[in-house]
Amino acid sequence: MNNLLAKTKGTFQYNFAFIDEGSKREIRRKILKAIAIPGHQVPFASRELPIARGWGTGGLQITMSIIGPDDVLKVIDQGCDGSVNAVSLRNLLVKTTGVRTTFDSREATIIQTRHRIPEIPLKEGQILVYQVPLPEPLRRVEPRETETRRMHGESEYSPLWVSLYEDIVKWQAVSIGASYPCRVNEHYIMAPSPIPKYDINKLNMAENLNLFGAGREKRIYAVPPYTKVEPLQFSDKPFTIEDFSGLSCRRCGARNTFLDEIYDEETGEKYYVCSDTGNCDLLRQKNQEELRDEHDCA
Amino acid sequence: MGYVAVQGGITAIKNAEELTKYMRLRGKSIPLSVKQIQDQMRFLVDRVMGEGGLYSPFHASLAIKQAQGDPIEASFYLRAYRSTLPRLTESLPLEMEEMRITRRISSAFKNIPGGQILGATTDYHQRMLDFSLLEEEESQVEEFLHKQEQEKSEESPSWGPFRKVVDILREQELVKPTPEKVEEPIFDITQNSVAFPAPRSARLQMLARSETGGILALAYSSMRGFGSVHPTIAELRVGFVPVNIPHPYRKNKNLTIGFVEITEVEIVAKFAAEEKGEKPYFTLGYGICFGSNELKAISMAVLDRAMKEKEAKAPAQDQEFVLLHTDGIESSGFCSHFKLPHYITFQSALDRLRSTQEKQKKIKLTKEKRL
Repeated sequence: MNNLLAKTKGTFQYNFAFIDEGSKREIRRKILKAIAIPGHQVPFASRELPIARGWGTGGLQITMSIIGPDDVLKVIDQGCDGSVNAVSLRNLLVKTTGVRTTFDSREATIIQTRHRIPEIPLKEGQILVYQVPLPEPLRRVEPRETETRRMHGESEYSPLWVSLYEDIVKWQAVSIGASYPCRVNEHYIMAPSPIPKYDINKLNMAENLNLFGAGREKRIYAVPPYTKVEPLQFSDKPFTIEDFSGLSCRRCGARNTFLDEIYDEETGEKYYVCSDTGNCDLLRQKNQEELRDEHDCA
Repeated sequence: MGYVAVQGGITAIKNAEELTKYMRLRGKSIPLSVKQIQDQMRFLVDRVMGEGGLYSPFHASLAIKQAQGDPIEASFYLRAYRSTLPRLTESLPLEMEEMRITRRISSAFKNIPGGQILGATTDYHQRMLDFSLLEEEESQVEEFLHKQEQEKSEESPSWGPFRKVVDILREQELVKPTPEKVEEPIFDITQNSVAFPAPRSARLQMLARSETGGILALAYSSMRGFGSVHPTIAELRVGFVPVNIPHPYRKNKNLTIGFVEITEVEIVAKFAAEEKGEKPYFTLGYGICFGSNELKAISMAVLDRAMKEKEAKAPAQDQEFVLLHTDGIESSGFCSHFKLPHYITFQSALDRLRSTQEKQKKIKLTKEKRL
């Protein structure tokens, strides 16, 4: 990309982290507002990036606005560092910032993610940036933006509760899988981005800062550290997470992680591996070290 | 460290890029020059400039070459390129009467002051494939051009100014007088997130950048009867308009920094009164876009008028419906994002379905037992 420009423009160079400083400042102001009002969707003037709308432009704009030369970056898609789009977004960020990257979630200062929260709990000082396709939790009951904004303003959440109730009447359980609506700080209802229900509880009183960016829908929102996040549930029909009981990862043997269901290319046999590849690698390494230790002892 | 997929991802992306380039060149014909696209694919260039929101035939042509003729993809490149350009100044409002007209028609009146100019249009062509184009030789082209240019020099071009047809209606109080106050400050959709109801300046900007096919479909729904506004084209004009900016140093002086080709359409629609018992006027719809793109300008004018309805009774009258779903860059981006892996969300959905199936099975069994 830089070569192409060099040819036609001579001295033209992109700004650090692509977006111009004025736009970054606007986005940071919106982030601060979002942190001050947990779960509230703050409109912002989303910039066009060389990445398609819907492919993580909201998360990217947040990352680009907060990243500095000393940050350590991790980018994951579906929990995986090597997923094609994660690679593409990481390439763009590295190309325009030159920051150090890592696969180890403990090392990263900024983690940009799509659809997952890393398995290892994040710590104070770490920022998790979520790519959000549909920021509006009320969209499933109300298609109009004018209406949903009013509903948030008036805490008019009964249509959503009724839809959950109807689900239970019809199917004996809430049929929402990913992007399960949550109440933040006992006030706004928020779409946690399409993370699985498995990850929802990690948001509650998390030590890290969570920033959510929806580029196409032009919204930023946040869950600051140590903020209460509760999935919507009825006292007699409690919230449940995805069930992986009795299953384990084929690579690292973990029995307590979110698993991807995979079908063998040749035999069609079904097996499972960790969706968080960084954590899976660490567990494998640990297994091998233990094996070596045992061997040494013997 | 990491999965094989990490390496796979990087090489796969690189290979896909190479392969895309290969697909463009594998026919071994002479590579298209950007100049050729700019000269000979003018409607495509204009469409890409309009939807990309950047007036630059050169960059639009380059984008078309790079996107291998996909207009939405090319507009996307242009829009992303636009993000990197500095905003130097704001131009003064275009003086549309100053347009150097290449085409001007009215379907409201047979004769209009300044006259109708048919210009370059395929409207009255018989749409039969022209096989003579298969053998277009340079000598023929030269001869044709020579003849055209001789004829042109004989005619003295009339640069106007041309009065607006709508102004004639305004004088006769058939159309409401122009409001004296201009909306200030003008809403800039590239600097702000639009909320609804959106100010008219935002609506017009969004329509002007919208995807041609998208607004054509919605305008057509109105034309067919879903909230029809019964439009008549008071005036459609295509031509070059000077772009003026305030002089950076000298007060009360303007500078012309160049010309942009524009299609402008004004439609007159069914009459209405602001309040019951007040004087009724024809209502207006306004359409404008970069380059020569008449379908887009007409569709925009119809939608602009349709969205003025106080209460939206049809999709074309609903601001949020029309404006949020017709941006080509946004809609195509979201549509194509479904090609990204959705393993996690789908795993969640699988979990929901399996557990629900299990529950249904149990209920069925208990019911059967009871019988």
